[in-house]
Amino acid sequence: MTLTQKLFAPGWYRAALGTVVGFAFGMGLVVAVRALYGWDPVVDWNAIVTVGALIAAPLGYLVGIGCFDYWFRWASGAPTIPEDHSGHGAHSWKDYFRVNTDHKVIGIQYIVTTMFFFIAGGLMAMLMRAELAQPGTQFVDPNTFNGLFSVHASIMIFLFIIPVFAGIANYVIPLMIGAPDMAFPRLNALSFWMLPIGGVMMLASYFAEGGAFATGWTAYAPLSTETPLGQQFFTIGVQFAGASSIATALNFLVTIITMRAPGMTFWRMPLLVWANFTTSLLVVIATPFIAGSQFMVLLDRTLGTQFFDPAANGDVLMYQHVFWFYSHPAVYIMMLPGFGIISEVISTHARKPVFGYRMMAFSLVAIVILGFTVWAHHMFVSGMQSWLRIPMMITTMLIAVPTGIKIFSWLATLWRGVIHLRTPLLFALGFITMFTLGGISGIMLAVVPFDIHVSDTYFIVAHIHYVLFGGSVFTIFAGLYHWFPKMTGRMYDETLGRIHFWMSFIFFNLTFGPMHLVGIDGMPRRVADYAEQFATWNAIISISAFIFGLSFLIFLYNMVTSWRHGPAAPGNPWRAHSIEWQVSSPPPVFNFDEIPTVVGGPYEYGVPGAVHAVFKEKKPAAVPAPAGGGGAPPPTNT
Amino acid sequence: MSTREPVSQDTAKGPPETDPRIAGEKHPVGRMLAIGVFASLIGIAITLLIDWFPTDASGAADQIDTLYDVLLICSVPVFVLVMTIAIYSVVRFRAKPGDMGDGPPIHGNTRLEIVWVTIPFIMVTALAIYGWIVLDDIEAKQQDELVVNVTGQQFTWTFEYPQQNLNSAELVLPLDRPVDFRIKSRDVIHSFWVPEFRLKSDAVPGLTTKIRLTPDRVGNYEVVCAELCGLGHSTMRQFVRVLPADDFDRWARRQAREGGGGAPEGDSGQGGGGGGGAAAQGEEIFTAQGCGSCHTLAAANASGTVGPDLDKLQNTRAAFVRQSIVDPSAEVEQGFPDGVMPTDFGDKLSPEELDALVKYLLESQE
Repeated sequence: MTLTQKLFAPGWYRAALGTVVGFAFGMGLVVAVRALYGWDPVVDWNAIVTVGALIAAPLGYLVGIGCFDYWFRWASGAPTIPEDHSGHGAHSWKDYFRVNTDHKVIGIQYIVTTMFFFIAGGLMAMLMRAELAQPGTQFVDPNTFNGLFSVHASIMIFLFIIPVFAGIANYVIPLMIGAPDMAFPRLNALSFWMLPIGGVMMLASYFAEGGAFATGWTAYAPLSTETPLGQQFFTIGVQFAGASSIATALNFLVTIITMRAPGMTFWRMPLLVWANFTTSLLVVIATPFIAGSQFMVLLDRTLGTQFFDPAANGDVLMYQHVFWFYSHPAVYIMMLPGFGIISEVISTHARKPVFGYRMMAFSLVAIVILGFTVWAHHMFVSGMQSWLRIPMMITTMLIAVPTGIKIFSWLATLWRGVIHLRTPLLFALGFITMFTLGGISGIMLAVVPFDIHVSDTYFIVAHIHYVLFGGSVFTIFAGLYHWFPKMTGRMYDETLGRIHFWMSFIFFNLTFGPMHLVGIDGMPRRVADYAEQFATWNAIISISAFIFGLSFLIFLYNMVTSWRHGPAAPGNPWRAHSIEWQVSSPPPVFNFDEIPTVVGGPYEYGVPGAVHAVFKEKKPAAVPAPAGGGGAPPPTNT
Repeated sequence: MSTREPVSQDTAKGPPETDPRIAGEKHPVGRMLAIGVFASLIGIAITLLIDWFPTDASGAADQIDTLYDVLLICSVPVFVLVMTIAIYSVVRFRAKPGDMGDGPPIHGNTRLEIVWVTIPFIMVTALAIYGWIVLDDIEAKQQDELVVNVTGQQFTWTFEYPQQNLNSAELVLPLDRPVDFRIKSRDVIHSFWVPEFRLKSDAVPGLTTKIRLTPDRVGNYEVVCAELCGLGHSTMRQFVRVLPADDFDRWARRQAREGGGGAPEGDSGQGGGGGGGAAAQGEEIFTAQGCGSCHTLAAANASGTVGPDLDKLQNTRAAFVRQSIVDPSAEVEQGFPDGVMPTDFGDKLSPEELDALVKYLLESQE
């Protein structure tokens, strides 16, 4: 291809062109409007960055890379290019760097991209712990420090935990329900390609005038309406990450509702499917609220709307209500998919049916509903209407009931199982330990008088990391080890996996455990410097944090070398029942040569001869095994 | 497509009595219960022995500390229960090498599930009611309250005593008298917190929030800003002094005599009387506007390090000092970031006040 052709065909050349054109368009628009109105200065770089670099350039890049080609042709009435499925699947590494509609490729794209952001966020955490190792200012000034914890949290939440779950689900869910792909493969690709925009924007905010956004990931107004330009990299970055998240959730909902294999009733779905179904409900209902809150901040900053300016009858507390109406359910968006992973991992590696399957599904639904009724427990000291605290305390504590059902059911699944203590199960057990602790500190925080004391202290930092790292990230590790053979066709190194687990488990607790104590003892969070009395604990926390950080390198080394040189994985190394394990590793491009028929539950371990799904042979002679087992193991159709 | 191996072998274990892994044990559940109770007792003892809280210096502190103890006593057994079952299962039911069998196909147990719905429900309901009672108690209105208006601003607190008709840069409270704090903010959200009192409330622009408490221990405690409020957030720490009632009255009388307009408490020798009204007014403004939380100025006992050191203004022109206050971005001192200092002092202060402040700053150079 000549360069001209490359510039017109979807891909990186056209993406670069689109970015430049987008920026130039945005800049032109700003300059033209300002010149027209006679405003001074005509060239206002704050406005140009906002309109050109943060809005128009990313859209130009999305068009350039080819996310919209099919739709544009279709919408304009031009003949669409017949789908020859050439955009599907990966034959070389290059296929991961273009708009690809294969859910398995998109799943890997998500996971690898989010891992990059996980590393970036982790390095920021290391830098913060270096600064906090002793009182005073050593490495970074307060402005940079405030930027570090703000970008760290935003990256970890919006660019790692939420999307990595979307990545795992993207890969596994269609296989699990016996579908050839997601319901909307092109929308799926668009969702992925919007994601890195948000992340790059947040990281790039360090180069903005005045430094990175430094108002925490919560970006409370009116601080966020007054801080320098970097804030806009957050308010707009969140829109891209949020749009990506909403589109994916819609895709999951439609896929799960309409594309299940014959016989896959709702009560035969694996719990990971249930988990992503309920998570997607949360995402489509809640995520528009954070988009709204950030748009209001953006409008306050750029157009002077005064939503949050008390001098103009703006309402400061409204920001927090709208923000937390998303951001509390977001905690469950970051937790429910993990619950699903743990159910798969425990029942497979302990070789027992998930205990109380229906209650497990119902408790997910209960958490979704209750999750929308607790947002103001983040605002017990905010000055909101004081009566609101009591109902929010009660609903918050009631969430312990469905969560308890899950923990106890997992324990009952372990009981009398045949436990294969492989890395995924180790992480699942580590998850149960630390999530129980995080849940307990969550109950404590729900009790208003105690929360009044520890709100905005290191106790909160400890709690959130027990829930999001000991909770969510451990389930992510469990899931990645569990499905690694399926995704790559190779086995990971079990010994390295165990070392990774024990190192991260021990040093996670040494890092975040003591934070409960310093928090109760009076150390506020989000501070670049602290009182002398907390010096010893902070030194211990920092040293543990560094070793904890190193443990991630073992994981990375294991994943990279195993992916390249690991021993070939069989189709079903864990002898699991769910459908994704009944195809080769990695699965064929279109998942199934023959759509499976589901004949029983997904976890019928110990039921003699039971299978979850059968693959009809091409010869009409083969009869599917009757429901509830009695038949032979699933026939092969090689 | 690859060959599929059989996934389940027909080796399901039967009822518990026949499970060889626990058949030798008469009462596995009983034994776990004994271990659990023992571990819980040790756990409770350890968690109660840890010195979690700072000194308790208010009436609310005792109640909140007790509440936390109760929460610990309820939490430890829950955690121990989870751990005991998990560890016992892993040790007892771990697969022997080469064991390709499955566990028994137990799909659930309605009675057990009702139990683990009901017990947590009762526990959290009881704790919620207890929490509610404590909350009502610590927020109850008291007789003879001392009213203190607290104002937060980047990056300092100032205090006003409307009943005594005086202002202060320092928070001083009488022992054993209920205080009614009314908290406001001049710019962004702050959070007024004294860990030793255990209570905090955000200072929200446009709102007045409240805390009630009764200090019950004489001492010096830190007033900490707990809500991220910008660059100097971590330096927004001041002191509260709790004095016996007589000493408080003496302090209040002296404070009122010294002008009542916010002259800093202390023996710095910078009384309002001496040098010219302008300098005294300048010092008052310096304190009231919280300049000292970011800047160092020996004459005002200020030692902030967020912004440039104001003891180094020798040979600086008055016009430049004035410009730096009104429009801090015009010329930014090397080594200090732009955009930190509030830009609204030009609006908040009258020209005369600005003159007084500039004069005071220049006269304070030594």
